[in-house]
Amino acid sequence: MRVIRSVDELIVPVGLVAATALLGLAVSQSTQAYFEDTLVKVAIVVALYVFVGNSGVLSFGHISFVALGVWTAGVLSVPVAEKAAIMPNLAHFLAHRTVGNVGSLALAAAVGGAAALVVGVPLMRLSGLAAGIATFAVLAITHNLLQYEEAIGPGLNTFSSVPETTGLRQAGLGAVLCVVVAFAYSRSRFGRLLRATREDAAAARAVGTSVYGQRLVAFAISGAIAGFAGGLYIHLLPLNTDTVYLDLTFITLAMLVVGGASSLFGAVVGALSVSALDSWLSVAENGTSLFGWHINLPAGTAVIVVGALMAIVLILKPSGLTGGREAHLFRRRV
Amino acid sequence: MTVTWQNLADGLALGSIYALMAVGIGLVFGVLRLVNFAYGQLVMAGAFALALASQWGWPVWAGILLCFAVVLVLSLLMDVLVFRPLRGHSPAVMLVATFAVAFLLQSIALLWFGSLGKIAASLSYLQRPVDISGVQVRKFAIVAVVVAVICLVLLYLLLERTEIGLHMRAASMDFSTSRMLGVRANRVIGVAVLISGLLAAVVAVMLTVQTPLVTPDFALTDTIVVLAGVVVGGLNRPIPATLGGFSIGFATGVLGGALPTNQSQYLPTFIFAAVIIVLLIRPQGIFDWSKTVERV
Repeated sequence: MRVIRSVDELIVPVGLVAATALLGLAVSQSTQAYFEDTLVKVAIVVALYVFVGNSGVLSFGHISFVALGVWTAGVLSVPVAEKAAIMPNLAHFLAHRTVGNVGSLALAAAVGGAAALVVGVPLMRLSGLAAGIATFAVLAITHNLLQYEEAIGPGLNTFSSVPETTGLRQAGLGAVLCVVVAFAYSRSRFGRLLRATREDAAAARAVGTSVYGQRLVAFAISGAIAGFAGGLYIHLLPLNTDTVYLDLTFITLAMLVVGGASSLFGAVVGALSVSALDSWLSVAENGTSLFGWHINLPAGTAVIVVGALMAIVLILKPSGLTGGREAHLFRRRV
Repeated sequence: MTVTWQNLADGLALGSIYALMAVGIGLVFGVLRLVNFAYGQLVMAGAFALALASQWGWPVWAGILLCFAVVLVLSLLMDVLVFRPLRGHSPAVMLVATFAVAFLLQSIALLWFGSLGKIAASLSYLQRPVDISGVQVRKFAIVAVVVAVICLVLLYLLLERTEIGLHMRAASMDFSTSRMLGVRANRVIGVAVLISGLLAAVVAVMLTVQTPLVTPDFALTDTIVVLAGVVVGGLNRPIPATLGGFSIGFATGVLGGALPTNQSQYLPTFIFAAVIIVLLIRPQGIFDWSKTVERV
């Protein structure tokens, strides 16, 4: 019973992600793009969950690791022949090198993780608002540097000519991989110790847990997942620095909190439900039909409704849609 | 890099505006323990009111009046619809909820006014320079400093010399104990939100002089920088928070003018790197000298 109980905490989120990917196969080519985007968002929100959910410390900096993943995978995937046109000032060691699809994703994860580790060493000493602002500062610095450092990317221009390898299969498998890694981490000794510090930092410290060390481990792992998600993202569609900045930070954090920040199930449910609503409303702005009713919403409705609903969920149910609990297929014996 | 008197004057002007925003954010934090990320959108709404008024050809005073009315109504609505139901929730939930509100207000502005924005030009004569013993200083710099000093002095008097000020200070020290001693929660919070809204309206007027083009993301970057400044200064007390806001505004203003272009594009990096370093050395804030110990 015990084994089954912990396994269903993995099966349910993975099943939801897989079902989303399969559902995407059944729809038209143009609608499929929404499903792929949703799956990448799941990967980003799961990355956030690994740190924010398990530690209880808010981070606004994770999108900077996504951005680094985007830059790493993007720069290394643009065909050598086109690099000079898109990124004329690229550093020499990057200008004549490309790696394959999987290689670029792996490197994106490595760069994201390494950056998180480097940033985390000083920053994980902080907590509360100071931690929030410091991680925000990391985001602002990354954004600023990527915008103007043309030796490592396209600067203010949009990343084009990156092979679009993130279809439903890659997005789905990638999101599942992120969920599995997040699950493995939160079931591990490290994940449990970090959650102990979240519940009661003083008690955890009293039994010999290093709050700093545990947070650092989680920060690096979630940075790696975020970098990987960034790699998936740039292989999906052309991006620029502004697409991986404030808006993405807000929407992914909101997805996490709306779903229920303290569980993996919550992260997946939040990402899927907010994305689903957002996508459906965007489609409805161009006219769609639901149960025989023809719906044609004015342009811009989607963002307003999503914003309002997020606020309402947070006000009425601050622990999120799932209440921050994991999914259980079988009734827990008390 | 050469710092001129003009750079210093610009720094003082931006510092004054940011100091007012810092007080506005700090006052609400004091009584509600809530970091209002949507503060910038209050300023944005006020700026749009000014832009509309100047488009309709209203006189300047009527535009400013409209700006104050819009911002105050919006802040009270925010208090009733968002802050009140959120009272007592965890800081993370409250912060993300104000994100959602900010996001919402910004998208309404985008839908309503479009992304190109509107021009609020009725006060642009303040951009003209005046000559002070050989130094060309924009009139606006003087106005900004004077307005900020007046607002801060009035606020100081209110906090230190009136009963409601006493209640507010008590509430920001220990909300539940002060309630037991007869401080009325809704009244104190309402007054804090109201003053914070007044300050947002003042900031809206001054920021539109600084940047007459009002877009839906007006004041967004400023809010982020001010929030960083407030936390660096020390969010728990009004004076450290104000000093924090002022310092980051002053630094941004002076460096933005004094650095050559190929370096000033990295200004956010310099500012936020300084923020990180200060937070690592003094996480409780550089201007907060009170001895606070983390209690278990």
